Amino acid sequence: MYAYDELDRTLINERVSEFRDQVKRRLSGELTEDEFKMLRLQNGVYLQLHAYMFRVAIPYGTLSSRQLRALARVARRYDRGYGHFTTRQNIQYNWIKLSELPDALADLAEVGIHAMQTSGNNMRNVTSDQWAGVAPGEVEDPRIWSEILRQHTTLHPEFSFLPRKFKIAITASEHDRAAIKVHDIGLRLHKNADGETGFEVLVGGGLGRTPFIAKTIKPFVHGRDILSYVEAILRVYNQYGRRDNIYKARIKILVHELGIEKFAKEVDEEWKQMGHSALTLDHSVIEEVRSRFSYPVYEKLPHMPDELKQAAHDPLFERWRKNSVAPHKVQGYSIVTLSLKPVGGPPGDATADQMDAVADLADKYSFGEIRVGHEQNLVLPHVAKRDLPQLWKALDRIGLATPNVNLVTDIIACPGLDYCSLANARSIPIAQELTRRFANHDTAEMIGRLHINISGCINACGHHHVGHIGILGVEKNGEEFYQITIGGRADENAQMGALIGPAVPYAEVADVIEDIVEAYLALRDRPEELFVDTVKRLGVEPFKERVYATR
Amino acid sequence: MTSPLQQKIKITGPSMVTANRTSDGIVIYRTAQQGWSASLSDAAIVRTSDEARALLNEANADDVVAVGAYIAPVELKDGGEIKPGNLRERIRSKGLTIDLLPA
Repeated sequence: MYAYDELDRTLINERVSEFRDQVKRRLSGELTEDEFKMLRLQNGVYLQLHAYMFRVAIPYGTLSSRQLRALARVARRYDRGYGHFTTRQNIQYNWIKLSELPDALADLAEVGIHAMQTSGNNMRNVTSDQWAGVAPGEVEDPRIWSEILRQHTTLHPEFSFLPRKFKIAITASEHDRAAIKVHDIGLRLHKNADGETGFEVLVGGGLGRTPFIAKTIKPFVHGRDILSYVEAILRVYNQYGRRDNIYKARIKILVHELGIEKFAKEVDEEWKQMGHSALTLDHSVIEEVRSRFSYPVYEKLPHMPDELKQAAHDPLFERWRKNSVAPHKVQGYSIVTLSLKPVGGPPGDATADQMDAVADLADKYSFGEIRVGHEQNLVLPHVAKRDLPQLWKALDRIGLATPNVNLVTDIIACPGLDYCSLANARSIPIAQELTRRFANHDTAEMIGRLHINISGCINACGHHHVGHIGILGVEKNGEEFYQITIGGRADENAQMGALIGPAVPYAEVADVIEDIVEAYLALRDRPEELFVDTVKRLGVEPFKERVYATR
Repeated sequence: MTSPLQQKIKITGPSMVTANRTSDGIVIYRTAQQGWSASLSDAAIVRTSDEARALLNEANADDVVAVGAYIAPVELKDGGEIKPGNLRERIRSKGLTIDLLPA
């Protein structure tokens, strides 16, 4: 956990006071909506179909149990008793009243939570691997660098009015769980030949209307120089990025139009001019931030405790363990993913009661710490293996032990047309129907790892481009249609999916996905070949043939 | 992501003006009495582009109570019942189409 200092606490509290005054002036008519809109966006407040939506930041996906209880309290006190965890380590409330928002912000401020950098054309919440600090083989905890970037960019005037929103993600593991290649800047921590820690810097990734995989602009930037290098990138973007056309304003368009070599040259020139500035990170500054992260004092525990051996006889426990429990860097401990994808439920939603219960379980079994991943699930990052059977039973009682992590029903979905004012089509009911179609766990196990991602419009909040199967809702003559792509992935081998053919109507989407999965089962050359690898080997054609031959 | 306010006003059938209430965000409809109602049945119906523009201008002038006003199509049923004219407005009028709890 990271402990905010007095400066952070003052900043958050002052922000609440400012926003309280702004809301008061808006409600009295002193501020017009045109004047107020930017102010509310700077505090995570959007206007959606039915109500205001309030997006709260969970920096690098880390929460304390106290903070999670505060999120539950906001859901219960100011909303309708639930919240929606997003693909960028935020939580959204869908029904909040503008008149009550300052009180909600004040409640969150008490536990060091805020909504800065969750909307608007600024540097957004810096995201990271939800297994940061506990994943085996990690170079070091990437959240330290996320926090350094957060401190530098929060309210930074140069980054508060960018041409468009700007997203950074950081990973420190070989396997990328933070989707860094589809961010404006992706940072991969690694060590160079001299054993120094630094970053591979990728730039120009993104989804939305014009998707691009990020390209490496610099293979190694020393940790002490990362602020100045990121700032150099942002200065070039600020200078050359288009402000005349919202669809061409993201840095990915600039990188694409200039070409990565020319863009890199511009950044290098800017970086050289900056020289050794105040942005060069002193060792003591890095260590100060590092020291504000606290880590559990782990016990010395056996690799295979008796409790686990005994529980292994229960096939239901084993099924859950196999899909939800991952190795921890410390012997005797595990990382546990809590699926927020129950059969028939909206992906990523959690009730206030569930949040409170998870907070209690975190206190009991995970040193009071919870993580949020971009796949819209929660994580308990430090669970002793001996506690896994008890934890499983407790999670099952609150509906959070669905054993489907990384399986076909672990679907990423945006809120879609049920909530979102930008959406063209619904996402959640498509996801719900798919979870019912694939509810049989034996079938899901047989299919293996398969990520379905659903977006209700081209803005791609559901990351459809990088789903093994991607589903994009479009509107045709007033009806909902869905384009299907296959072969996308968001990991270290990230790539965009390929369209399989014409869009299909709402009522046929689940049938089409079943056809695609059946085709995969018939086409894979062995049970271990993942869906995405079969698509890579065979291309789109055999799947297209299967889907459209009878339609 | 063009705002409805930035679009040229051209309607092809009966329409109404809708917005969200500033204080709590709920869906509201402009009435013929120059006010707002949470019920679609109270909405003022316009049939020409000029009428639509006038109703929208009037709604936009009321910036304190309402936010994000725009014109949306409606269907007029026998007996005068007003129904939303597209899926987006059906969802705004009737609420979510989904189960919130697993089913």
